Amino acid sequence: MTTTLANTELDLAKLDRRQVNRALQEAAKGDFTVTNPGGTHALACGLMHPVSVTIKGHCGYYAAGMNKEASVTIEGNAGTGVAENMMSGVVRVTGDASQSAGATGHGGLLVIEGNTSARCGISMKGIDIVVGGNIGHMCAFMAQAGCLVVCGDAGADLGDSIYEARIYVRGRVASLGADCIEKEMRDEHRAELADLLEQAGMDADPSAFKRYGSARELYNFNIDNLDAY
Amino acid sequence: MCGIVGLYLKSGALEPELGRLTALMLHEMSSRGPDSAGFAVYGTANGVAKVSALSRTGETNWKHLEHELEHVLGSDVKVETLSDHAIFKTRGDGQTARNWLIENAPDVSVLAVGSSIELCKGIGDPDAVAKRLGLEGRTGTHAIAHTRMATESAVTTEGSHPFSTGADTCLVHNGSLSNHNRLRENLKKHGETFQTENDSEVAAAYLAWRTREGDTIDQAIEGALRDFDGFYTFAIGTREGFAVVRDPIACKPAVIAETDDWVAMSSEFRAIARLPGVKNAEIWEPAPGQIYSWSRAA
Repeated sequence: MTTTLANTELDLAKLDRRQVNRALQEAAKGDFTVTNPGGTHALACGLMHPVSVTIKGHCGYYAAGMNKEASVTIEGNAGTGVAENMMSGVVRVTGDASQSAGATGHGGLLVIEGNTSARCGISMKGIDIVVGGNIGHMCAFMAQAGCLVVCGDAGADLGDSIYEARIYVRGRVASLGADCIEKEMRDEHRAELADLLEQAGMDADPSAFKRYGSARELYNFNIDNLDAY
Repeated sequence: MCGIVGLYLKSGALEPELGRLTALMLHEMSSRGPDSAGFAVYGTANGVAKVSALSRTGETNWKHLEHELEHVLGSDVKVETLSDHAIFKTRGDGQTARNWLIENAPDVSVLAVGSSIELCKGIGDPDAVAKRLGLEGRTGTHAIAHTRMATESAVTTEGSHPFSTGADTCLVHNGSLSNHNRLRENLKKHGETFQTENDSEVAAAYLAWRTREGDTIDQAIEGALRDFDGFYTFAIGTREGFAVVRDPIACKPAVIAETDDWVAMSSEFRAIARLPGVKNAEIWEPAPGQIYSWSRAA
């Protein structure tokens, strides 16, 4: 393993994606700037060390996927599946993100300052996601654990077939999916939300949010349904 | 998977560059559709009907067909050939020429008819197709193009996109339609003719039928959103502009970018990334089931 000096620039106009990813993956620490991403897919994927990466521009699919410990900032938009299956660390998108942002994420924090589209947080398993703008349809589908915070509006079928993830939305929810209901905001939820908003750097009042979660009627065993088995 | 691109120029300054920029975009989408490719380029109409045609055998006697068409149309016809393609230009009726060719020239596939559209397609590497059919050197006001990874029908030149059945309208498709067989049968009853078994040709024919019945392109697309079962992102070219629509659950990707000089759409941002002035573009993902259109018409 090599240790790389701080503030290393990796220019995709000169290097190919594999060279860039290898340099980022092999570094134990340090700050990196990736320039000229040009919508390239799978940038800064599989980082397993506490490096800090800034990508100057728009990324393609699966940017910062499988992230562990690294801090990745995308100064632009991200395509499908940004920070998918993230384990820990922080991924920040200063623009918009396409669909399936943070899909299946196990941990860490994903911040999208703009909007994101369909299926954000689908099957999330412990990741926290904070979105500054709106989210599309079918977000937090089968979401198991972690929090999805939305400062804007949510599209149709929010939290369909949700397990134990918690959803906080400040704006309007187009519709709730199967087994997803509005729930009481207690002190522990306000504290959790305030902490996430602060970590994400979002200036929003926790008391303006509503909480949504599972009615626990779909995924739990129910003795009344015994005959069905 | 397929790749689609569209480029609509808002001002004349970039018109000489249309082909080169479209070829750049097409190149970036090659990995989404390495089987085949095609493009439609729209130029300024000058009262001449243009019929884009493809030889299925590579041995079509175009000069003979030119002569026959002059007789059928009662008007001068000029044919220009390029590789296995030909364009007939006439002051006669283009639609009559199209129908006559379909009836009487079994080795010819009619790709498009209209006053401003020229349409080319071929199988193989998209860059090679674009080069063989001279995309880079073409000028015009707007273009749509496609790279294909076939799923619903065979890899053939006729099955490549764009598809056009109406005057100056064409369509490229990423996705697949589930109810295309039933739609095709219904459209045949309304007088549409088909040259392939392809689902995307059905989508093009549907739009042609609706616009012939008096729908605007937006109204025709609204009908498509009701009647099509399947998943799709469409880019649709018309004489005056182009439109983009995604299915109501947004199965297939799309991104749109707009500057003062152009509007571009593609399956992925990387196709847009190399356009001039992209740093100042407004970029967004089209919402599901919503129609986006740009037009020179008032």
